[in-house]
Amino acid sequence: MNDRHIVSSFDRDLDGVQIDLVRMGGLVEEALRNAARALATGDTALAQTVRKGDHVIDALELKIKTDVARVLALRAPTAGDLRLVLAVMDISSHLERCGDYAKNIAKRTVATADAPDLGDSTNALRRMSDFVEGMVQDALDAFIKRDVKRAKAVIDKDIEADQIYTTLFRSLLTHMMEVPHHITTGMQLHFIAKNIERVGDHATAIAEQTIYLVTGTLPEDDRDKGDSTSLGLAETAS
Amino acid sequence: MNDMYFTGADLDQGTIKMQARDVDVFYGDNHAIKKVSVDIEDKTVTAFIGPSGCGKSTFLRCLNRMNDTIDICRVEGEMHLDGENIYDKRIDPVQLRAKVGMVFQKPNPFPKSIYENVAYGPKIHGLARTKSELDEIVETSLRRAALWTEAKDRLDQPGTGLSGGQQQRLCIARAVATSPEVLLMDEPCSALDPIATAQVEELIDELRRDYAVVIVTHSMQQAARVSQKTAFFHLGELVEFDVTDQIFTNPKDSRTESYISGRIG
Repeated sequence: MNDRHIVSSFDRDLDGVQIDLVRMGGLVEEALRNAARALATGDTALAQTVRKGDHVIDALELKIKTDVARVLALRAPTAGDLRLVLAVMDISSHLERCGDYAKNIAKRTVATADAPDLGDSTNALRRMSDFVEGMVQDALDAFIKRDVKRAKAVIDKDIEADQIYTTLFRSLLTHMMEVPHHITTGMQLHFIAKNIERVGDHATAIAEQTIYLVTGTLPEDDRDKGDSTSLGLAETAS
Repeated sequence: MNDMYFTGADLDQGTIKMQARDVDVFYGDNHAIKKVSVDIEDKTVTAFIGPSGCGKSTFLRCLNRMNDTIDICRVEGEMHLDGENIYDKRIDPVQLRAKVGMVFQKPNPFPKSIYENVAYGPKIHGLARTKSELDEIVETSLRRAALWTEAKDRLDQPGTGLSGGQQQRLCIARAVATSPEVLLMDEPCSALDPIATAQVEELIDELRRDYAVVIVTHSMQQAARVSQKTAFFHLGELVEFDVTDQIFTNPKDSRTESYISGRIG
């Protein structure tokens, strides 16, 4: 189904929203990468750049939504075209949220710049962030190539992202219990960890949209959503 | 209007009103319809879509033997209405057409009064014994066609004096007047403006409560809006027949997708 439309401007409209989406994805990946680097190296200037850059991502999301609304109103897309514009709209929302998380990480990086590192946590956060950023990248590549297999691999990876988060949560909790003086920093770092974990969820959602786009059905959600962090708490408390 | 959104499960329970099995239609040497089998469900709107010349109107016309009037046309295969073969020699096509009514592309009221347009069918089929019975049929039919309020004070005026949309609704009233069981509509809105189109679409949804409706349309959006089942014809073949939602969001055949999404297929 690679045939072009009889009305060629329809193709241009569809190409346009996809180009914007890919651009937005690139900016989000960059923001996540920079936020993680700023956190690991204590580079507050870079963190500020990430904070200030978020409005470009927001503006792109608005443009995509506006253009998609126009396509829906003027072209009344059906079948694969309909699924494409719906997927683009949904993915743009997820990317926008990822941009917000990058911004929030940068904000907290500035706030914790002078605080002591809690063990190896900033490095662990960077590893987690790299992992999750890789998921976003894979999810977008899967979308561009309409690659269901790759999209499924992203969904499978989210379990690992959740596990990394749980480990970090336990480690931060231990630090805070041992030295209550570290609670403020610990909480900041925990929020950062949670933000990164959420980015993984959005990457998963993007991958699901790709599967919907290609197959016409959303994958069934059969993953165990039990929050394993509560177990960590119980273990530490006992 | 919420009940327009049928689920597949709802549709599966529908009783089959008309059934076509391996129908072939020839115009002389031209093989216009190739082995088409389709079930038309009762109290359901079935839409036939496809490019010009794909055979959808030809097939529609088979459902009430309108093709009998074309000398070079030959219909093979079986077609049933409530289990009875409509091409059986004992079936009177005129009686059949009273049961399977038809509305055409261009409104074609008789050059008579609004009243006479609607009363004509019931009169020739002997459906009314008295004038008051006939009056009642005319009123009910015009009400069904959502034309009563506009026409009740001008029943003696010519049907041709109505607006295009009103004329089409008059033709629907005329088709409904003989108490049909199936209503065939061949592009009923193609000559109407958007408001008249919306009125006819609303009416089709109302008519679905009592009849099996089959509509041929060139408007994808119309098929998507009014029907619960959609059949896609291409080069005389029935390519895909499924629940309308499925056809328009996730068709199985790439030819269907090419056609409905406006690609060169």
